[in-house]
Amino acid sequence: MTKTFSARLGRGLLGVATAIALALPARADVGQIKVATGQVFVDRKGQSLPGRAGLVLEAEDVLRTGADGSVGITMRDNSLLSAGPNSIVSLERFEFDATTSEGRFDARLQRGTLAVVSGRIAKKEPRAMTVRTPSAVLGVRGTEFVVSVDE
Amino acid sequence: MNRLARRSALLLALLVLGCAGPTETVVLLPNSGGEETAVTVTRGGREVVLAQPYAGARLGRGGAEAFASDAEQVRARYGAALAAQPLPPARFTLFFVENKDELTDESKRIVDSVFAEIARRPIPDVIVIGHTDSVGNDGANDALSRQRAEVVRAGLVARGLAGDQVVTIGRGKRELAVATGDGVAEPRNRRVEILVR
Repeated sequence: MTKTFSARLGRGLLGVATAIALALPARADVGQIKVATGQVFVDRKGQSLPGRAGLVLEAEDVLRTGADGSVGITMRDNSLLSAGPNSIVSLERFEFDATTSEGRFDARLQRGTLAVVSGRIAKKEPRAMTVRTPSAVLGVRGTEFVVSVDE
Repeated sequence: MNRLARRSALLLALLVLGCAGPTETVVLLPNSGGEETAVTVTRGGREVVLAQPYAGARLGRGGAEAFASDAEQVRARYGAALAAQPLPPARFTLFFVENKDELTDESKRIVDSVFAEIARRPIPDVIVIGHTDSVGNDGANDALSRQRAEVVRAGLVARGLAGDQVVTIGRGKRELAVATGDGVAEPRNRRVEILVR
């Protein structure tokens, strides 16, 4: 284990690392459920999945909470979104280049309550993250806010 | 209540609700990081900027209305959403001994803190981010920083972290810890950050 953190950064190893980097598949995951209480569902491609803590999320997923439900997610760019009861939140679009931090994140709150802490995408380019409600577009310059839609 | 009365009551309810319309509310919160913070609210071509903590906008059928919220109002309305907020990422930085293949003693101790942080989170995932100093071009530094991250990742996995819980990123020289001009060798910039989320 003495070589566990070996940091020999010679040319040979560099080639290996590059090969590893090229071999990695494109990432489909956009985030992960970290907190889930009560009834939480994730609608994905016509299916409704139980929204358990640990579930890996994909772009276009729709999170729904019941009357006793709440859910918190961490996105790949470190954005934190969390919804209270009776909420519907869509992850409409999420693109993120982890090397350059460039990307695009559009979420939508159709109903309920949502707390947001913006992440690297908004930090890199303030026009690159929006949260939509039924009647408005929120441009996220940073960093923490709450939004609700009452029917 | 007969059917007609029920329908009338429903219709009346819909009319009353319809007049109120859906109400949307946005409140900017104070941010813990001390960075500049603002949210723009755009509706029908008009933009309102919320730039002060607890500045709010209420959007109803009649239009947008600015209001001042406070911590208590936010807690009452958004308590459940805020309680479900995941912990912010915990950040650790590792440095390598200059001209050697090992972490500094201080950095070895930091690795213990990384595992303590992982243990305290319910659904931990780890991002390892390599950085370089400003010597060399982006292509070479991206690859080098990625490789530094891979070395640290291998170390974390060897110590028991599940491989699918940790991803690596190479950010090259885009985020110098110590600002320098281009082409400057600076050990404090040759580092690996670990985010436990």
